[in-house]
Amino acid sequence: MPELASKQTPPSEASQKDATQSRPSSAGSPSATGAPQYVITAENLTKRYGDVAAVDGISFSVPAGEAFGLLGPNGAGKSTTMKMIGGVSQRTSGNLTIMGLDPDQNGPEVRAHLGVVPQQDNLDEELKVRDNLLVYGRYFGLPMSYLKPKADELLEFAQLTDKAKSKVDALSGGMKRRLTIARSLINEPRILLLDEPTTGLDPQARHILWDRLFRLKEQGVTLILTTHYMDEAEQLCDRLIVVDKGKIMAEGSPASLIREYSTREVLELRFGSERNATVGAELEGIGERLETLPDRVLIYAHDGEAALEEVSARGLRPVTSLVRRSSLEDVFLRLTGRSLVD
Amino acid sequence: MSAITTGPGPGNTSVTEAARNRHFGSLYSRNVRAVVARGLMATKSSNWMVMLSGFFEPVLYLISMGVGLGAIVGSVQGPGGGEISYAAYIAPALLAVSAMNGAVYDSTWNVFFKMNFAKLYQGMLYTSLGPLDVAMGEIFLALLRGLMYATGFTAVMGLMGLITTPWAILMIPAAVLIAFGFASFGMGITSYMKTFQQMDWINFVMLPMFLFSATFYPLSVYPQSIQWLIQAMPLWHGVELLRQISVGVFTPATAVHIGYYLVMIALGVLLTTGRLRKLFLK
Repeated sequence: MPELASKQTPPSEASQKDATQSRPSSAGSPSATGAPQYVITAENLTKRYGDVAAVDGISFSVPAGEAFGLLGPNGAGKSTTMKMIGGVSQRTSGNLTIMGLDPDQNGPEVRAHLGVVPQQDNLDEELKVRDNLLVYGRYFGLPMSYLKPKADELLEFAQLTDKAKSKVDALSGGMKRRLTIARSLINEPRILLLDEPTTGLDPQARHILWDRLFRLKEQGVTLILTTHYMDEAEQLCDRLIVVDKGKIMAEGSPASLIREYSTREVLELRFGSERNATVGAELEGIGERLETLPDRVLIYAHDGEAALEEVSARGLRPVTSLVRRSSLEDVFLRLTGRSLVD
Repeated sequence: MSAITTGPGPGNTSVTEAARNRHFGSLYSRNVRAVVARGLMATKSSNWMVMLSGFFEPVLYLISMGVGLGAIVGSVQGPGGGEISYAAYIAPALLAVSAMNGAVYDSTWNVFFKMNFAKLYQGMLYTSLGPLDVAMGEIFLALLRGLMYATGFTAVMGLMGLITTPWAILMIPAAVLIAFGFASFGMGITSYMKTFQQMDWINFVMLPMFLFSATFYPLSVYPQSIQWLIQAMPLWHGVELLRQISVGVFTPATAVHIGYYLVMIALGVLLTTGRLRKLFLK
């Protein structure tokens, strides 16, 4: 029904807006007053490859303007979920609507609303930097009169103006990433999909990138990002789901997840790889919870320093000790018993 | 509301446009020209030297075989029974071969690289483009290249005095038809290829086809069973078609040759689109 309406609507700006705004409410609750406008709704979303469920019945909704994260280890089903949102992978079962449209049925229309930053840069190496933006815009059927000023504006945004005429392979990793993001913005997407946006970048390049993403968020672009870096998720995401083996383990804001699933502080102790496994019994009772990893022992406690004093009082001498605040990494460890980055 | 800057947000207009124009579901968004424009831009900036070499290859064959070997062979019997020089006999065949080679190169090696290494198509399919836009665009580029080669080669034939009838100008569109047949199939076949070793099989099929498809001597030298085998191959139909056109002799067989390619094109486009859908929209 909403799809039908959009086809009959003349392509004027005002009616276009009405159509898209009415869709989520007609799909969800009938009384739309005050209810958030969801740009993405997934219900029981499932993707199977043969017998293996890459995504196993996940449900979530993303309101417009939110930065929404999918946090999980490699192989958790994050990228598959992204592909289904982009309509380049067909779901096995469940429901998925993007801006009120089904990506399996209306792939090209859905993707006209999307900007996509894939895990691996797939810039067009045969084209120069600025031409990459122009040509990509043409793929959306956009006119050159719009694309030329837009490309210059995006180069400015990506801090690549002086590289406009360079070849793509002359760019650094961080520059390529920024160009990929600039490219994904050429169609003024309402939703930006970022698959591991900063993997493989050095710290400085990551911070520049995060700054650019913050600006987009301020401008009201909905960000969907996958990451296995908890600091990235904490920096960027308003809300996130922790996924493992295709299922949602937890959902909430970074702070609320940490509050719910971890203590305020963590004491990290290293006794050497031989001792780590056996020292557990001797640490019993310190802090609220103990986690033994191959390379270290984690003690979850409200007061990390106090826990460390207790360790010393028991006559234990770790090689190194560190007190830090809990992070999403700890949440993930608690939920799955495994660390995020293997 | 969610726009990054002021501006008309043309993305939205294209949505409605695409919705109205769609006939092939998620496969096609009527934007083949964007893929073609990309190809032309890439050619302009990087690989025009490769293109130039593709033009010279059949010309060198024509000079060495036609002029060199032709001096020994003398004249041979052309289609319709008339005597023609050996160079005039093999020239249309070489044109068919060059149409085949150009189309196959563009639709196999080139596509293989873009698919597996440059990840070009993955990027394209994350836009409003559908697989059919991409396939048609790439095939069109292969044909454009075939058209340039065919035009250039026909001009060389003219300069060498091998053209005796105005009908010969029709060799150009006929060469494009041949290229279309090979390009549409080549891309579909390439989609099955995963490694460079597998890609070598393509050469393994192409070389014998080039040598034995009545390119340099008439089919009648073979025993009947071999003749049938060769007549089942696409290149033989291309060679015969161009050879007939080059002297302006048309028989019912002309229609068979053309029909062969029309069927090949239809099946090839079907195969390629199906494969692209399977590969990228799985």
